[in-house]
Amino acid sequence: MNSLYDKVKKNLIWKSVFRRDYRDNARSRAMAIFGNVFLHLHPVKVRESAVKLRYTWGMGGITFLAFIILTITGVVLMFYYHPTVDLAYLDMKDLEFQAPYGVISRNLHRWAAHFMVIVVMIHMFRVFMTGSYKAPRQFNWGIGVILLVLTFLLSFTGYLLPWDQLGFWAITVGTNMGAATPLLGFQGPFSEYLHITPYNDVRFALLGGASVGGNALLRSYIWHCIAIPLISIILMFVHFWRVRKDGGISRPQH
Amino acid sequence: MQDETTLHGEHGTSGGPSPVDNDRRNFLTKVGWGSLAGFLAINSYAFLRFFYPRVLFEPPSQFKVGFPADYPPGTVNSQYQREFGTWIIRLQDGRFFAMESKCTHLGCTPSWLESQKKFKCPCHGSGYYISGLNFEGPAPRPMDRFKISIAEDGQLQVDKTIKFPGIPGKESNEVYPQSLLKA
Repeated sequence: MNSLYDKVKKNLIWKSVFRRDYRDNARSRAMAIFGNVFLHLHPVKVRESAVKLRYTWGMGGITFLAFIILTITGVVLMFYYHPTVDLAYLDMKDLEFQAPYGVISRNLHRWAAHFMVIVVMIHMFRVFMTGSYKAPRQFNWGIGVILLVLTFLLSFTGYLLPWDQLGFWAITVGTNMGAATPLLGFQGPFSEYLHITPYNDVRFALLGGASVGGNALLRSYIWHCIAIPLISIILMFVHFWRVRKDGGISRPQH
Repeated sequence: MQDETTLHGEHGTSGGPSPVDNDRRNFLTKVGWGSLAGFLAINSYAFLRFFYPRVLFEPPSQFKVGFPADYPPGTVNSQYQREFGTWIIRLQDGRFFAMESKCTHLGCTPSWLESQKKFKCPCHGSGYYISGLNFEGPAPRPMDRFKISIAEDGQLQVDKTIKFPGIPGKESNEVYPQSLLKA
């Protein structure tokens, strides 16, 4: 057993990947965290009070877990999905009935999406109830609000992609709300003074046309799979970084 | 001021006026940041403009729908609903009008229920009479109408650019006699 351990770990390849041995002392534990690109966002040391689950509920971390699940399953779904009017619905059915592991991929994605929306709202509720939006964390609260909106937008843009009746009419109704927005939509207040028509308002930009069609499907797809996740990831880095810089995860005051 | 003089000295610039030309430095700073701001402003505009395509591949807003004799009185024709979002309706007295297939609540497409002689919206249950007047559900006003006329070849022609919006509580047949076509 020990010789196998030596064979695996005591060679140039292993040592070039893992610079240090993990020994149970404070220094090597610290080095393991900040010597690792994935772990270094995490604080090297955590106070005992910071891991009190009854205080934070772990909701922010669970939201991030849901985001990771959604990213992985989302990429998997993209291999079978064409964002076109003719194929989108059929591809969704293909995933459900024909593609190997299609059902579990699609269902994981859907349930994780519902889960993330719920959990992120509970996270916000917790932050509010513990007063963790107060100084010095005001800026991070602002970032969090933007991330909440981005989560809703991810959920909304993903809704259209199966191209079924539910999604189609949800997007119809949702973008009509945009059309009724003051100063932005053609049905909103002041639209006649500003010469806002169905062809130059915010709804037109969202749909890529005056009605929900192929352009709207493609735009939803790009926003859902590329643009919003990219913006979210950047803001998540800021969000997590600022948790540390603003004094660590909020914890009970004793 | 002193720092800048030191900096000036360190770089050993020769030929310039010995006290640092702050006017020029400030000017160049403003030009630099101003260019960057202008660049970003123009790019932001281009980015927004990018989302508004110049050409749409959507159905035309003026289209022909066949001859008046094709339509029996007292019927709703849903043949053009899918492509053009329009119903061609002929009243019992023989007059025509064209109505947009769009619920005035949140924009879903209602269906004409022949057995109940009403339009019913599947989204939230709004109901309309054949004239487009709303009588049940959350719809705030009657459905909108389009201009319908007889083309030169004798066919009915719908013009979606001319719209007669429904007014809350008013019967569009009375508010917009020009929306009705006698043929």
